[in-house]
Amino acid sequence: MKTKLYLLALSMALLSVANVLWGSLDIPLRDVWQILCGGEVEGHPAWSIIILEGRVPQMLTALLTGTALGTCGLLLQTAFRNPLAGPSILGIDSGANLGVAIVLLLLGGTASIGSLTVSGHLLVVIAAMAGALGIMALLMLLSRLLRSQVMLLITGVIISYVTGSIIQLLNYSATEQGVFSFVIWGMGNFSSVGIERLPVFCALSVVGLLLALLLVKPLDALLLGDRYAENLGIKIGHVRQMLLLVTGLLTATTTAFCGPISFIGLAVPHLARLALGTSYHRTLMPATMLIGANLALMCNLLSALPRDGSLIPISVITPLIGAPVVLHVILKSNKN
Amino acid sequence: MIELRHLTVGYGEKAVLSDISQTLSAGQMVCLLGANGVGKSTILRTLSGFLPPLSGEVLLDGRDLTSLSLSQRSKSISVVLTERVEVPYMKVVDLVGMGRSPYTGFFGTLSREDKSIVTEAIEMVGISCLAQRTIDTLSDGERQKALLAKALAQQTPVIFLDEPTAFLDFHAKVSTLRLMLRLAHETNKTIFLSTHDVEMAIQLSDVLWVVQDGQIASGTPSLLTKNGTLHRFLEAEGISYDAEERTLKIK
Repeated sequence: MKTKLYLLALSMALLSVANVLWGSLDIPLRDVWQILCGGEVEGHPAWSIIILEGRVPQMLTALLTGTALGTCGLLLQTAFRNPLAGPSILGIDSGANLGVAIVLLLLGGTASIGSLTVSGHLLVVIAAMAGALGIMALLMLLSRLLRSQVMLLITGVIISYVTGSIIQLLNYSATEQGVFSFVIWGMGNFSSVGIERLPVFCALSVVGLLLALLLVKPLDALLLGDRYAENLGIKIGHVRQMLLLVTGLLTATTTAFCGPISFIGLAVPHLARLALGTSYHRTLMPATMLIGANLALMCNLLSALPRDGSLIPISVITPLIGAPVVLHVILKSNKN
Repeated sequence: MIELRHLTVGYGEKAVLSDISQTLSAGQMVCLLGANGVGKSTILRTLSGFLPPLSGEVLLDGRDLTSLSLSQRSKSISVVLTERVEVPYMKVVDLVGMGRSPYTGFFGTLSREDKSIVTEAIEMVGISCLAQRTIDTLSDGERQKALLAKALAQQTPVIFLDEPTAFLDFHAKVSTLRLMLRLAHETNKTIFLSTHDVEMAIQLSDVLWVVQDGQIASGTPSLLTKNGTLHRFLEAEGISYDAEERTLKIK
């Protein structure tokens, strides 16, 4: 079990390095190293900017986003005892979308994400967070009424439709520029965080992830169901509130900064269970975090495949990887 | 020992059973009998602390159940519920290990002592050979024993089980009930369970609680046979109760 975790950490490290090395511009390994050590390559002052302000923040963003989304998926799957739960399927990121849409389309008007100041960006995060938390709270409430797992998923889909139509409405009345920046944001992008917003993004993600790690023991008990967990001394109400907060924070942070990224949250916990053969959060959560990071770093490499400097949107890549995993889960549960 | 004093159980405003005054003693297996819907699960849920009593009190060794903290309660009462436990990849030894949760630290890691308690609990229910199997591969009877082992690992003086013999085949029903009877006697625990396996309960349990017409009659099977409670409970059109043999006959 431990060896597998170490291997995942190693591959994450290798992929991180690959993310810094790989890009539309070929920069020799030795020069990259020199820049990372604080030096400058003679005759290529732009290389420093590309590495330090482009590739490194983008690598860190991908790493943290993958980690955060995988963790979110795991928390949701355990909280709702539903293998198909995930931030996108349950409509939680659509809540975050709505928050962002309100800020960008209604309040921000012509402001594009790239030109927003930190405070403006914080506003986007707060709006996304409010949206995500609102949907999470609604789902928690409904999950008490809806006994069937499928019903909850359908509710999530309906929530996505409703938020989608509100966003359409906002789009309809927004300026051309506002719509454009919202569409670009909606494609998903690990490069939109940038060096200046990186500290905020890192801080919020790391806080969310640390809080998630604190929930390992109650999550294990929740696997048996609420009543068993309560009988084992777990404060269910308290844990549910924490879950609400942590998934809201993580979904909102990643969605606000990188756009909606589907399937990673849903697929990664399953890959982790498959790889480790356990449901125990003590090992499953670190594995989910590592696999999420690996997957996002891989997606980021793929997104930089075009050699002309353009990026393939992340939201194009993740369903291609995530969908087969989800299909596998559905087929497996159908067999049971 | 558990004492119910003028206990009324139910949901919200609606009382299901009123003014129950009974006791459950240590070292006995007590079976709760009654038709569907008379409130067996409601009593068990209230005694387990999942439902607040509408009025009256439940005293656990003299202390009011509602005054216990969640942590104290988890070390006093363990439960086996009707809901199915389905967790992918979970092994029997892991499931039983969950019973140690009230005693483990922040991340729930089992100490060496915890692990030996888990092994012992698995041995007590006689499924040592299944310890490394995942629970989705178990038969219903084996799964019920694993859950009982979880309750044993929790090391509580009281174990409540809601219909632990439902869905089991005949042999598994008998062996599960026998096992609980033996555990109650050997470990001096209070084991209280609801069941529809009336004949087995009459033949095996130390004490019966019979819920009928909103009242609970309790006593040893021979007492309840003598005073006619079991006749009233069982005799219906087409069924007769043979008091000598303690068996049911279909006319």
